[in-house]
Amino acid sequence: MDLSTRLILAGCYILLAPIVIGLLDGFDRKISARMQGRRGPSVLQPFYDLKKLFEKEFLSANKMQLFMIRSYLCFIILSGILFYTGCDLLLVVFALSTSAMFLILASTTTHSPFSSQGTHRELVQIMACEPMELLVAVGFYLATIPKTFSVANIVRNSNYSNIVFLPGFFIGFVFILTIKFRKSPFDISTSHHAHQEVVKGITAEMVGKEYGMVTLAEWYENAILYGMVALFFINKNPLSIIGAIVVILAVWFLEILIDNTSARVKWQLMLKLAWGVTIVAAGMNLFLLEIIRG
Amino acid sequence: MEKLVTALICFPFLWAILPAVIHNSKCRAFFVYLGCAIVMALSVFTAILWYAAGGKTFDFRLPYQEAFGHLFMVGDVLLMFFITYLAYKYKKLIISVLTIVSTVIPTVLELFGPKLADSFTMRFDWLTFIMILIIGVIGSLIGIYAVGYMHGYHIHHHKELTDRRSFFLSMIFVFFGAMFGLVFSANLCGLYFFWEITSVTSFLLIGYTRTEEAINNSFKALWMNLLGGCGLATAISLGYLWFGTVNLYDFLRFEKLNPGDMRCLLPIAMLAFAALTKSAQFPFSGWLLGAMVAPTPSSALLHSATMVKAGVYLLIRITTAMADNYVGNMVALIGGFTFLTASCLAISVSDGKKVLAYSTISNLGLIVACTGCGYEETIWAAVFLVIFHAVSKSMLFQCVGAIENTTGSRDVEDMQGLMSIFPKLALILMIGIAGMFLAPFGMLISKWAALKAFIDTKSVYVSTLMVLFICFGSATTMFYWTKWMSKILGASKREKSRDLTKKNEYISMFFHAFLMVALILGFPWLSEHVLKPLSRNMFGAVEQVISKENIFIMIVLLVGVFVIPLINYFMTKHTKYTPVITYMGGANAGDNMSFISSTGDAKEMHVANFYMEEVMGEKKLFTPAIIISSFVIIVYLIIVIGGAF
Repeated sequence: MDLSTRLILAGCYILLAPIVIGLLDGFDRKISARMQGRRGPSVLQPFYDLKKLFEKEFLSANKMQLFMIRSYLCFIILSGILFYTGCDLLLVVFALSTSAMFLILASTTTHSPFSSQGTHRELVQIMACEPMELLVAVGFYLATIPKTFSVANIVRNSNYSNIVFLPGFFIGFVFILTIKFRKSPFDISTSHHAHQEVVKGITAEMVGKEYGMVTLAEWYENAILYGMVALFFINKNPLSIIGAIVVILAVWFLEILIDNTSARVKWQLMLKLAWGVTIVAAGMNLFLLEIIRG
Repeated sequence: MEKLVTALICFPFLWAILPAVIHNSKCRAFFVYLGCAIVMALSVFTAILWYAAGGKTFDFRLPYQEAFGHLFMVGDVLLMFFITYLAYKYKKLIISVLTIVSTVIPTVLELFGPKLADSFTMRFDWLTFIMILIIGVIGSLIGIYAVGYMHGYHIHHHKELTDRRSFFLSMIFVFFGAMFGLVFSANLCGLYFFWEITSVTSFLLIGYTRTEEAINNSFKALWMNLLGGCGLATAISLGYLWFGTVNLYDFLRFEKLNPGDMRCLLPIAMLAFAALTKSAQFPFSGWLLGAMVAPTPSSALLHSATMVKAGVYLLIRITTAMADNYVGNMVALIGGFTFLTASCLAISVSDGKKVLAYSTISNLGLIVACTGCGYEETIWAAVFLVIFHAVSKSMLFQCVGAIENTTGSRDVEDMQGLMSIFPKLALILMIGIAGMFLAPFGMLISKWAALKAFIDTKSVYVSTLMVLFICFGSATTMFYWTKWMSKILGASKREKSRDLTKKNEYISMFFHAFLMVALILGFPWLSEHVLKPLSRNMFGAVEQVISKENIFIMIVLLVGVFVIPLINYFMTKHTKYTPVITYMGGANAGDNMSFISSTGDAKEMHVANFYMEEVMGEKKLFTPAIIISSFVIIVYLIIVIGGAF
């Protein structure tokens, strides 16, 4: 891939990712509301919220937070650029986990009980998800011929959609997406419901533009995660993009459904479930794939 | 060159006499500094000279090789008597059996066994080059640090203990000499002699305080290392009886010529077994954890520049003979298993030194796993890990030691807000931690290469297991380092207080920090000019291990980790904001540190980290880990030994 294509792709990611994910978020709220028998806000509500957050007076318990949150946002965008310009998938995952560290450091600078509790649960969540994220990279490496971690080459060298070889990886990945998106069974580190014990957890001490940046960073991160979902379906044939979009929407709807129909679990159970699913689904798939590709 | 190498090996041994006989504190300190400086200069000079000469593998015999040979043999026997005496004194006679068996058999064979053909006894190549730089530079820095630390240790904190600093400092020099000898030796008899010296020296260092715990732990270290010594002795005996050579490189050659021949594989298996004990892999991890009772410099020495590196060094040496066979699989599995288990265990402890100890074991696990795999990529990763681990772990241990001397505690929980109380110490700690795990730094570059190589491993089940070990281990590693980092950066109410850290301790620590940054920035150069020739030597292939594009991305990430926070820091420095107090559910007393309790007065709030003891505690994981790993080793050894007879 030449440099100009890469630059265009990077630009598209920076501009489009928040718009697309913001819209999806808006529809998410609408659909969730309908499922609960409410009308729900306008689909543009997430953007209004974001605008409002950035316009607020800047209050902070510790100014150190701001530069770490900005670094968090920058690093997430950097990882996204790496992903969408077709770089090394494994390095994208490593970059993502580095960015999460900035969020954690930002949150613990305040010495607040709720944010501290949320932070450690966030750490547990990262620990629950990271093996699966790394395994996804491994899966694509094995499935593609010749073996490669490069996102561009994975797309270019696949005659069939990789899901054919990676069903277990896909199941595992969709499972941890629920944790990554902080949907209600796993909104352990930052509960959206005021009555629960964490009270916004990791973001408890972030207000105004700090919180706005965290929201924006999460949108950018979600764009990468949806991109990984798409990677399971995209192949050499450009028409496969349509299939990938359909699957993304299906996954997105599934997450909303899970969000609205399940009760919250404890972090111990989350860790066991996430690692269990990873080992069983992805591990088995990995083993079989090694035999096929051996 | 022969003379330089001889000097490098002999000088520390001779110099060790000086601190032992000089008891004036100032005078002794001077000689220790001088000795360390000479060792450092000598090792760097030798290394540069060799590098400048083109970096060719260089086989040679020491001047007066015969005399040295006799010296080694006498030394072995003396060590055996010494250990037996100590075992008798402390009523642990069973240990003496190990040393007697492992010394008598090779000695008898050497005296009365078949005469072996003369061949070279020493080899200088790229791996030696890296190792002498690590031992010479990092080791000497620890020596310099030790002078100040031990002063503070006896004067301020442990007045009840007998002051045996002379002994301690002289042992450090003995260690250097033994390590230099070990990495040069091609002759297994010589290697065995130096190997035993490191075992005994570390035993003496661990038992330094002579408390009951220290004595027990030191004997634990001794018997495990002697068990490893038995492995070496077996390899030597096999060399005498079956192959007519005790040259390490002959063993490697035989194995490569007859892959699948268990008789050729058996000595390799024995060497690997010895290396596993030395590098503290499960089930032999206990000794390194027990070594924490010793004063900090000895922990730093054991964990970074010497001891455990000896085991890893030997594994890297024999790695080409372990590619895709039983021994390689055994080593890889043990390494991967140790990597995961030790990093889980590190989550559940809050003692700073213990976290470091577990992380050493875990890191060594990754290195060992890499060597067991035996591909170019894994060796590339393994050597990088060795280098980065030596620097950052030595720095971390020194820093935790200094913190303990200053604040009186080395518990991670007590480091809340260290950044605002002791910024210099905190900064060093942060750099060290970053060096251990952060994205583009040493660890993750190596993890990338290791993961890639493990997927390509031929044995399907080993490959699957290894990939799972690395993925899960990588996640758990993140947990305990981030947790620690966030403690350091947190808010704190404590006032700034006096930093008791000595100047020489700071010199050593800042030099480490500088070295760390230099290594990170210089990693593409290092990869091209040191690691590439090394793998060309070992594998005869010149393949680009990491593509140019990925090196570029890694540099971008690397710059990102430094530059992005820095830019953001300066951009937000003058942002106007309204300070608010944190939300506590109840009433904040106004300073974010205390809350109004039900009785109406302010109580300090304590925020603690997660340790997840019920999920990953020592009680829960340690014993099963030992059982599983012992089982793996026994099964594989039975396969190899059974196949050979």
